[in-house]
Amino acid sequence: MGLFRSVVKEAWEKTFLFTKFLCFLHVTDNYLVDPVKIYGPSMLPVIDLNPSIFLAERITPRSGKITHRDIVVFRSPQNPRRTVTKRVIGLEGDSITYVSNPENSDNDKHETVVVPKGHVWVQGDNKYNSTDSRHFGPIPYGLIESKIFWKVFPLDDFGSFWRK
Amino acid sequence: MGTINSLWNFTKKFVTIGLITVTVSDRYVTVVPVRGGSMSPTFNPKTDSFTDDYVLVERFCLEKYKFSHGDVVIFRSPLNYKETHIKRILALPNEWYVTRHNNDVLRIPEGHCWVEGDNAGSSMDSKSYGSVPLGLVRGRVTHVVWPPHRIGAVKNTKTEGLLPSL
Repeated sequence: MGLFRSVVKEAWEKTFLFTKFLCFLHVTDNYLVDPVKIYGPSMLPVIDLNPSIFLAERITPRSGKITHRDIVVFRSPQNPRRTVTKRVIGLEGDSITYVSNPENSDNDKHETVVVPKGHVWVQGDNKYNSTDSRHFGPIPYGLIESKIFWKVFPLDDFGSFWRK
Repeated sequence: MGTINSLWNFTKKFVTIGLITVTVSDRYVTVVPVRGGSMSPTFNPKTDSFTDDYVLVERFCLEKYKFSHGDVVIFRSPLNYKETHIKRILALPNEWYVTRHNNDVLRIPEGHCWVEGDNAGSSMDSKSYGSVPLGLVRGRVTHVVWPPHRIGAVKNTKTEGLLPSL
């Protein structure tokens, strides 16, 4: 009986330790830094087509200090289950002029919009192949989850990504 | 020596409880107060500030972002990310909706929803800022848990103004 009890006690202690570890991971992921895997053509040449791993921090977006040229991860306004990475081009009150159709240079319509209150304007660096604010308009600041600040993988580019 | 030891134990317990509480309230369920009368009579039926309703919010819906008409949700305001609003979903993505205040017919864009307060007269909602991205939703309200005489499930009212899809 005593043996059984000590086994149960140990199992309980192990489970509790594991739970604590998961909770710790959740808190660091959601409030401090969070690894993200990014791939696709929209941020070429800064972010490669092939999957690469970055660290993104949550403190700047939470304290409202996201500014121009920051590369941010946000929830897609078109599909809440996906997150996308783009560069912040304009903050609320900025007026943005963009070419709505960069492929056809003969009918390049320039359009100007003013970013509304509480919103930001995001665009991919590769303007020829990016679904961004030119397509779905300015996004609410609340959709921004984190800001990219460190490149981890591939290892030969390991280092700061703060001002890229 | 004894005091330092017990202080250390106390800190450890405190941090552990904090981590678990934050994780559960971020991922599973949480309780939030309802401020203001925009959802009256569902919440805060009487407008005096001593009896703010407290509601239970579940976060499991954030796995799939599947909602139905009449769900009451909390979401970050599209105008100010620091504010959290509580409203009822009246229309879901790709639906046609007739607004109640001026009878406009509009199509809800992909990944968005139309939210309004139950107290149509005094509510800042989709009537002023348009449809809201579902990505801003932070959870679904299921029960009122405080004050005691108002404990109960939140009813999912039937919504009007939806047009049959074309």
